[in-house]
Amino acid sequence: MSGASSYRNPPVVAGLLDRVRRLAVGRAPLRFMEFCGGHTHAIAEYGLRSLLPDNVRLSSGPGCPVCVTASGEVDAAIALAARPGVTVATFGDMMRVPGTAGSLSDARASGADVRVVYSPRDALEIARACPAAEVVFLGVGFETTAPVVAAAVLEAEASGVSNFSVLSLHKLTPPAMRAVLDAGEVRLDGIIGPGHVSAVLGSEAWGFLPRDYRLGCAVAGFEPTDVVSAVVALVEMVAGEEPAVVNAYGRAVTAAGNRVALQMLEQVFAPADREWRGLGFVPNSGLQLRPEYADWDAGLRFDIRPSSAPEPPGCRCGEVLRGVIEPRQCPLFGRACSPASPVGPCMVSSEGACAAHYSEAEEQ
Amino acid sequence: MCLAVPTMLTEKREDHGTVELAGVSREVSLLLVPEAQVGDYLLVHAGYGIAVLDQGEAQRTLSLLNEIASASLDT
Repeated sequence: MSGASSYRNPPVVAGLLDRVRRLAVGRAPLRFMEFCGGHTHAIAEYGLRSLLPDNVRLSSGPGCPVCVTASGEVDAAIALAARPGVTVATFGDMMRVPGTAGSLSDARASGADVRVVYSPRDALEIARACPAAEVVFLGVGFETTAPVVAAAVLEAEASGVSNFSVLSLHKLTPPAMRAVLDAGEVRLDGIIGPGHVSAVLGSEAWGFLPRDYRLGCAVAGFEPTDVVSAVVALVEMVAGEEPAVVNAYGRAVTAAGNRVALQMLEQVFAPADREWRGLGFVPNSGLQLRPEYADWDAGLRFDIRPSSAPEPPGCRCGEVLRGVIEPRQCPLFGRACSPASPVGPCMVSSEGACAAHYSEAEEQ
Repeated sequence: MCLAVPTMLTEKREDHGTVELAGVSREVSLLLVPEAQVGDYLLVHAGYGIAVLDQGEAQRTLSLLNEIASASLDT
């Protein structure tokens, strides 16, 4: 019942697509934004874009944490890794993200101690096993990931591990969604809301979309029927109903979210202004460790703060992340920039819009 | 990045447990889902359970999607 196969049932996907077609026929072109990079990846993997009618388009948003990590943030992580005695532990997808002078992967090749971990708890374990090392975990990710990192900080506190700290680059999704809409560069007809962010945050966190922007939002899971049923809900709203927040991922998402996770996030972190690749500085769109947890704040411990840095020359990731251009409108796409040799982060991450569009083009 | 895979909780020991996916067992922290019980399906993200899947909702969603799909194809 919870198996993924139930949500990949081809006749059901076909039926839902048929419903989209019937609702959309004769309408002016509709454009929905999938906020989340996980959806961008799923849409490419299942070839959903080509199965939708011509007048229903999906655009990627800024919901790929790796992609929105600014150059200056990567530079700060590399500067940390260059400190003697420091071990930087990170999720694997950050390794190839370019800063102004290379990536963490390049830093490791030059001798820095950079380790890929699956969980912040693994970083905590490294700290326990190597008391002489200063282990810094790169806190990258949205509301899905921040509670997990908060839990690791609390575990470090409880077990008295003092050679573990976190460089918090965490970002918050609703402020980014607002930033994209407030910029007024794209006309959208609805939003596919992020599934696992909403598992923590609750679907009601998106209530500002219908209220302040008159946009429908359908929170979706990551299987084909999940994504297509969200599109059905969005087209239905355009077709007459009032815009609202529809929870199309009821098995994982509640209106109020995971209270335990949110409480832990709020105990350890406080909102902070943060720079996003593509969006610039967005007020209160990031998380920093609260003063009570300053001992685990790598930024304070090593006096390192990300500063603004230029993006790679010619790279148009920023416009892709805001939905202003499609990846193939970038002159570098598929020429100077490919998954094998990415120029910008949207081509690095498999959740990045450029990598997803590249894999779709390969399929066709 | 926000990847989280549904896995079944097969053992629970205070604030951690064991989940199983496709025959592979893995340790998971239950700090964020203290309500999880053996037999529940959890969404696991970066070594932590972040949500307990609601089996009733799962069943309702599947039935509803089936209904929408067949209604559209039958008309």
